[in-house]
Amino acid sequence: MLKSGTRTSAFLFNSMDMRSSFHFFLLLFFLGFSPKTRAQEKALAPENDLCLKCHTHQTFTFKNTLTDHMDNRMMNPLYILDKDHFANGVHAKFKCTDCHSADYGTYPHNAELKLEPLSSCLDCHGGDEKYAAYQFEKIDEEFKKSVHFQKSGDSFTCSKCHNQHYYQAQSRKNSDVSEIVRFSNEMCMSCHSNNSKFQLISEKLKPALSQIHEWLPNQELHFANVRCIECHTRVADSLAVSHNILPKEKALKNCVECHSKNSMLEASLYKYKNLQTRSQKGKLNSIISNKSYVIGAYQNEWLNRISILIFLLTLTGVCIHLIARIVKK
Amino acid sequence: MTSEKKIYFYPIWLRIWHGINALGILILIVTGINMQYSNPRLELINFNLAVNLHNISGILVSVNYLVFFFGNILTPNSRYYRLKLRGLFKRLNLQIGYYTSGMFKNQPPPFPLNEKRKFNPMQKVAYLMAMYIFVPGLIITGMALLFPELIIEDVYSVSGVFLTAILHASLGFLVSIFLIIHLYVATIGKHPLNNFKSIINGYHEMNGH
Repeated sequence: MLKSGTRTSAFLFNSMDMRSSFHFFLLLFFLGFSPKTRAQEKALAPENDLCLKCHTHQTFTFKNTLTDHMDNRMMNPLYILDKDHFANGVHAKFKCTDCHSADYGTYPHNAELKLEPLSSCLDCHGGDEKYAAYQFEKIDEEFKKSVHFQKSGDSFTCSKCHNQHYYQAQSRKNSDVSEIVRFSNEMCMSCHSNNSKFQLISEKLKPALSQIHEWLPNQELHFANVRCIECHTRVADSLAVSHNILPKEKALKNCVECHSKNSMLEASLYKYKNLQTRSQKGKLNSIISNKSYVIGAYQNEWLNRISILIFLLTLTGVCIHLIARIVKK
Repeated sequence: MTSEKKIYFYPIWLRIWHGINALGILILIVTGINMQYSNPRLELINFNLAVNLHNISGILVSVNYLVFFFGNILTPNSRYYRLKLRGLFKRLNLQIGYYTSGMFKNQPPPFPLNEKRKFNPMQKVAYLMAMYIFVPGLIITGMALLFPELIIEDVYSVSGVFLTAILHASLGFLVSIFLIIHLYVATIGKHPLNNFKSIINGYHEMNGH
């Protein structure tokens, strides 16, 4: 007999001051906002209820058939799923048993189940016309060149970065660039700023990122506004997101690759956004609603023309006056 | 008209301020253009170096601006900047007439310089705009870009940083235009180099301009 334990989120909510949370929600209501509640999230497959009953909690209770007692045990943190997060991911409608063995329905789970190979992304997404536009094969090809695969081989699976339970198609679907940046950088940071996760594939300690990037002016501003992969991948035109993560020696260190008129960012971070806004609002609106300013990359055609005209008129005026002075001397 | 009379127009603090300001503004313009029109194939100054030089010069010019601002409050130099709006257009027209025609006919300047008048009306308007609108605007927007977390994120769905940067670049351009005219007008005098000597030794030679 399985019984759910303490819910993390419920625990946090309970520990909040109820009065202040009431005011907070009242304020959101009047402002026309509403926090993302579970009701708004995609419904999870009902078949998952049994699994999620334990795998969304810190502890689980089961009937120990040896002692005939109800035992309460701690769940391995790596096997705890964030239900809300899962419900917002691209695989929310999946049944657990679509990827995991149906034999997990009994507890204690059969130890041999762990020996079963897990499905990889390409098992479903590869060679399927439905997903042809996403080019999973090309992604795989690019990934195989990446430093992650070169150093760790097959143990570096897609899920090391793209958690299959929570993955969201941010770079293709979100028009808010800052959200895309945050989501993407969190993927990298989940290992590169976390020693215990970093050491899942390396014996070294995680590198000191701010020290390594000391050469970069306005470091925090860059980290918040561009993705790590902007400099740490080679742009592959046909892919929405480049997957060839470069070793640090080959990472981009030349400022003008981004800070120039033909900024590399147009082909990477702003690729999707540019296409989307231009098709929806036209070119003029995409300029007016520009949410970013990258020194050197943003050049307004009209301002350029006006400034060149003023500059030439000034020079002409000065030259005519100078010639008149020389002639009349 | 060609009297040898000299007026001590530029006290030492003003000359030091002007020297630092001139150097700083020149570096800011060169590095600013280098960043705004950066090109991977033709990099006159390394981008990173240009950013650092621009930041350092910007802070230098900003601190130096305080010398100008308070110097003008605390010393009699401020009297040269007082502008009377009544009849301003008429006075400007007279000065424009002198620059475009009168000076070529050897007519006397309509507003000869003396101890009470260091600038003719056109200079006064140009300097007031440059020193009390353009440069402070550049300092404020420049400091905001140096600390972008201080800038309002969105102004009617347009990025605050974007607007600040456009304003900063536009004001920078106007200061560049001011500099071209300023340098050229400085050559108008008895000898083209007279005014350049004046800003070094402090004495203005009374020669009509």
